[in-house]
Amino acid sequence: MSAPSTVPAAEYSTTAEYNPKPETTLGRTLRSVAFHTAALALVAVVLYPALWMITSSLKPNSEIIGNPALWSENFSLDNFVTALDGIGGVTTAQFFTNSLILAVGSVIGTVLSASVSAYAFARITFPGRSMFFGMMIATLLLPFHVVIIPQYIIFQQLGLVDTYVPLLIGKFLAADAFFVFLMVQFMRNLPRDLDEAARIDGAGHVRIFGSIMLPLMKPALISSSIFAFIWSWNDFLGPLLYLNTPEKYPLPLALRLFVDQTQSSDYGAMIAMSVLALLPVLAFFLVFQRYIVEGVSTQGLKG
Amino acid sequence: MTLTLTRRRGVETAPPARRAGQRGADIRAGYTFLLPWLLGFILLAVGPMLSSLYLSFTDYNLFEAPTWIGLENYTDLFADDRFLQSVQVTLSYVVFGTPLKLAAALAVALLLNNATQGQGFYRSAFYAPSLIGASVSIAIVWKAMFGDDGPVDQGLGFFGIHLGGWVGNPSMTMPMMILLTVWQFGAPMVIFLAGLKQIPTELYEAASMDGAGPWRKFVNITFPMLSPVVFFNLLLETIHAFQIFASAYIISNGEGGPAGSTLFYTLYLYLRGFSDFRMGYASAMAWLLVIVVGVITLLFFRTSKSWVHYGGDAR
Repeated sequence: MSAPSTVPAAEYSTTAEYNPKPETTLGRTLRSVAFHTAALALVAVVLYPALWMITSSLKPNSEIIGNPALWSENFSLDNFVTALDGIGGVTTAQFFTNSLILAVGSVIGTVLSASVSAYAFARITFPGRSMFFGMMIATLLLPFHVVIIPQYIIFQQLGLVDTYVPLLIGKFLAADAFFVFLMVQFMRNLPRDLDEAARIDGAGHVRIFGSIMLPLMKPALISSSIFAFIWSWNDFLGPLLYLNTPEKYPLPLALRLFVDQTQSSDYGAMIAMSVLALLPVLAFFLVFQRYIVEGVSTQGLKG
Repeated sequence: MTLTLTRRRGVETAPPARRAGQRGADIRAGYTFLLPWLLGFILLAVGPMLSSLYLSFTDYNLFEAPTWIGLENYTDLFADDRFLQSVQVTLSYVVFGTPLKLAAALAVALLLNNATQGQGFYRSAFYAPSLIGASVSIAIVWKAMFGDDGPVDQGLGFFGIHLGGWVGNPSMTMPMMILLTVWQFGAPMVIFLAGLKQIPTELYEAASMDGAGPWRKFVNITFPMLSPVVFFNLLLETIHAFQIFASAYIISNGEGGPAGSTLFYTLYLYLRGFSDFRMGYASAMAWLLVIVVGVITLLFFRTSKSWVHYGGDAR
């Protein structure tokens, strides 16, 4: 319990009393090994379904079910050849194109409408702003299902069922409050001096938004784009409600069609097509994982 | 510095006329910039919400004009066994799935928080399922994995546990669905981890000096300091859980089977509205969901005062 002479005894003694064993290098190494063993084991469990999906897509049908092993001697791309043929007379390339049109449309609509609306909330003072802001936050918590029936009725009466309009119009009208909120939060952290200075120089809101805010908002715009893309890519309910012709189906609907028509007879092709449908999401994740994970931890976005 | 000062003063001493002009310009600009959101809010949220409230008091099949039936849809709901089952299925999913998912998220976040190396890698690896978990692809994979002789059945068989396929067994589909949501613990975990980083290390040092062990540190420092994040995650994950749809649809072929064990609330709402075209009935279901979610949100906020600690002064 004697304190090292270099440290003032009065300050150190309390610590030393309750921390009798300073960790040795060996202790630290052991702890680190134990941590990495536990963490890697957990990673293996968590990633097993994804690995199983990828390896199963390469296996012949007979080896997918009844064989939990990931490895096979008979890996081939046959399942992908079948999967690329598509379903119901429509090629998988067509489904891919449809998904891409919807996702790119969603990104453009979301970034445009959410950034413009967020500028109004974050930077302009006008009566009603805080009331509308509160309502915007409330829509964050609102179950989407309460609006699907009236929305469907409206679009049906407008003759817009089986077009992409119902799926995209909300994106151009900032209907996903998450993105507006994310951008408002981001803009509030940008220094106010910038717009004040620009205002003195005679710039109006359009110029302040276009030439000062937008360039500074790049990180928020990028994470919004990534999430808008992925959410649109994975969306199932929207296309299920509005699209009837297979030629217009995005991948999730095509997959459902595939499941319905092949049932469990061709697991390999079904899983290969599932892999194809996830490829862009996985590619996005590998390229932008920093952006995605940082975006989640700072903005509380849901995956 | 002087420059900004003079500029500031310039604004403050501007003649009233100019300031009034600026105010008018701000109001116009404010509503112009807000226009996309405002249009969406009125046309896609408020309008549809009100009309679904109206429809919930009618009998409407999309092809004939709605007829007013008062509260009949609501009273019918509580006599509808399938509806009651969908409530039970959804509640057990929310009540068991959400806490388990958050517990997993918190446990892994605590584990990773001490990591000196590789934290970025682990964080990304654990987060990945959250990005793909709700997709149709993963639902298909889940169904295959938990089927007869699938890898889960085989793996458990290795340990002498023979449950058969989970997909076809009404008492095993709920654990399967809960595992699917727990698998996506990464998103709340990342948020927990960010929250843990905000806790000042001095608190732990002080506690160590007082002889506190790991458990007491968790109960007296970590959890209270993290409670706003726990609250945020709990609220969002709960609301989210009520709305599960795609996975349930794919796993049960859009029927909610076997024996109604995956008849989630939103799936039944969809079937009522878009298979049976009972739009009024489905609207009543939608409004009940809004009310339940609203009440839960209120309850969360009410009870939060007793366990959520915000830094600094009371709000």
